[in-house]
Amino acid sequence: MTSGRKRTRATSEPHAPSTAATPDETARQRTRWEHDTVAPAVARQPERTGLTTGSRAPIDRLYTGADGAGRDEMRDLGFPGEPPFTRGIYPTMYRGRLWTMRQYAGFGTAAESNRRYRYLLEQGQTGLSVAFDLCTQIGYDSDHRLARGEVGKVGVAIDTLDDMETLFDAIPLDRVSTSMTINATAGILLAMYLVVARRRGIGWKSLRGTVQNDILKEYVARGTYIYPPAPSMRLITDMFAFCAAEVPGWNPISISGYHIREAGSTAAQEIAFTLGDGIAYVDAARTAGLDVDDFAGQLSFFFNAHNDLLEEVAKFRAARRLWARIMQQRFAAKRPESWALRFHAQTSGWSLTAQQPENNVVRVAVQALAAVLGGAQSLHTNARDEALGLPTEDAARIALRTQQVLAYESGITNTIDPLGGAYAIEALTDRLQAEAEALIARVDTLGGMVKAIEAGFVQKEIQEAAYALQREIDAGERVVVGVNRFRTDEAARIPVLRVDPDLERAQVERLQAYRAGRDAGLVAAARAALATAAAGSANLMPCIIDCVEAGTTLGEISDTLRAVFGEHREQVVV
Amino acid sequence: MNTTQRLRVLIAKPGLDGHDRGAKYIARAFQEAGMEVIYTGIRQTPEAIVNAAIQEDVDAIGLSILSGAHRELFPEIMQRLRDAGGGDILVFAGGVIPEEDMAYCRELGIAAVFGPGTPATEAIRFVREHTVKP
Repeated sequence: MTSGRKRTRATSEPHAPSTAATPDETARQRTRWEHDTVAPAVARQPERTGLTTGSRAPIDRLYTGADGAGRDEMRDLGFPGEPPFTRGIYPTMYRGRLWTMRQYAGFGTAAESNRRYRYLLEQGQTGLSVAFDLCTQIGYDSDHRLARGEVGKVGVAIDTLDDMETLFDAIPLDRVSTSMTINATAGILLAMYLVVARRRGIGWKSLRGTVQNDILKEYVARGTYIYPPAPSMRLITDMFAFCAAEVPGWNPISISGYHIREAGSTAAQEIAFTLGDGIAYVDAARTAGLDVDDFAGQLSFFFNAHNDLLEEVAKFRAARRLWARIMQQRFAAKRPESWALRFHAQTSGWSLTAQQPENNVVRVAVQALAAVLGGAQSLHTNARDEALGLPTEDAARIALRTQQVLAYESGITNTIDPLGGAYAIEALTDRLQAEAEALIARVDTLGGMVKAIEAGFVQKEIQEAAYALQREIDAGERVVVGVNRFRTDEAARIPVLRVDPDLERAQVERLQAYRAGRDAGLVAAARAALATAAAGSANLMPCIIDCVEAGTTLGEISDTLRAVFGEHREQVVV
Repeated sequence: MNTTQRLRVLIAKPGLDGHDRGAKYIARAFQEAGMEVIYTGIRQTPEAIVNAAIQEDVDAIGLSILSGAHRELFPEIMQRLRDAGGGDILVFAGGVIPEEDMAYCRELGIAAVFGPGTPATEAIRFVREHTVKP
């Protein structure tokens, strides 16, 4: 394309280049530039108006050094590997080690998912990420009345220790790190993983991985809660204490903004509610008698990598800086490692379109770029077909290749925080931090996140943001390529992965055979011990492990706890 | 619009998935379009959905599901609805439902399936055109 546009000439005398532009001088020159150069240009050719970020936040025409007048480089940016970690949590970042490429996968049976994991590891993936079906996540065995139609659909079905053995068959548990997207039943799945490791002679100290275990965001965004907040928080702090003592390489929580963003929040809300949840977990653990420096190093986070590249890069940097301040100032954590926010990122599933699904490959690449420029420790890139169904093997491979191209070809990994110091990035980082801080202060006045969730405040905030954004899209004011602009008439014709409908029956048969083959007396005794512990205050993890060893199923362990803890009821907020 | 003639719509989430962003958006957009909307919340059984529809005397039911369990749950909902005397209620659906399942849904008596990216206005127009108030 050629451009016939002429360079705009200033109407008044342009300022001679200065060798030392102070913020004040830059601000003065900025005013001059707006008047002399921009105004006549806009008079000839108007700008697009009402431009906002992906979170509907205003964004300026230009950022300059004047916008950073209050910023102190050493205090607010610092150096990589040093507080406040704005520029990254490791001294060498990707020059030392690339992020972990961790593709979330799982469907159907344990055997099928095991095949997919081995395929992904052969293709160069460096960590596992297990997707469980909804029954497993909500604590129902596959033969439960509410499990019908759901078994193996959005992830793998795990009812028994045998299923878990199959899931990790021939995978070296002491050499991979395993992330499990599991919350209300996280203790049970971790217990199964530990028992599988023990039976293979692998010491727990050599295990590395993460359980999501972030129940607070389930109440507001994701929906796989079982118990009310108080006993759920107790299960979580029990796991903090247990992992710190027994499985030190394990992250007992991944505090997740991902789903809050998917539910429609803004970038600032994503930071605020995620770090707000983090504050609630740290508070709960301290109330349970733990020392913040004993577990803070095991806290990890999970954020969304959304469409607006600059705002997203700024978001990750702002979250790191704010968490460091929270740990240092609010919780008086002493070890700098306790202040470092480590995070996994996943590209936005919501942003993918069913129309022209090939376009999603490009969206994912841009979002992944944001995560890497933002300093992620691990990353999942979505497959192009996820608005249509589960990813096929081809789609999953392209998603992984996208990360590999960024890692090995793009050059962005060669220098640390390459966008650091860019006027726009630093201004957005400051703005997002300030907005998130204001929102956290609001949550504090409501009594913290648990209370704010119970009051429906968090849900309402997210819904308002989601509604406003969707209205813009429906009205065509915000362009979604292939959906409200640049459409084609062809329907999407790409293959979609189908889960075998006979799988549910086979899973139920395996489950029932497993139940028939165990020692019922052992199971009953283990369940009774768990119920007693749940009614008291002992750490529940050893009892859950005993239940698993005795052959108790996931649904039975969950039912035992339901009988003691009760069940959470959704507070419908529209 | 006369309030006694306002359309009553149940927005329901069958299955176990918690993806309620779409359902809540539709619920609010329908409300703002002047309809009475009842939203069930997540994890509703077919039985609970049909009971709510009958009790609330709705003109239409919108089913939102993203877990992939629609092939098992939709037939049961439609059967229970007919058994409960609600065979004349307009039923439409949305969520992650593959193209190849659309015909199946229509065979069950589901009047329309709105895939991802459908503007709310299209669903509103459809419901208005396909419900007749006495």
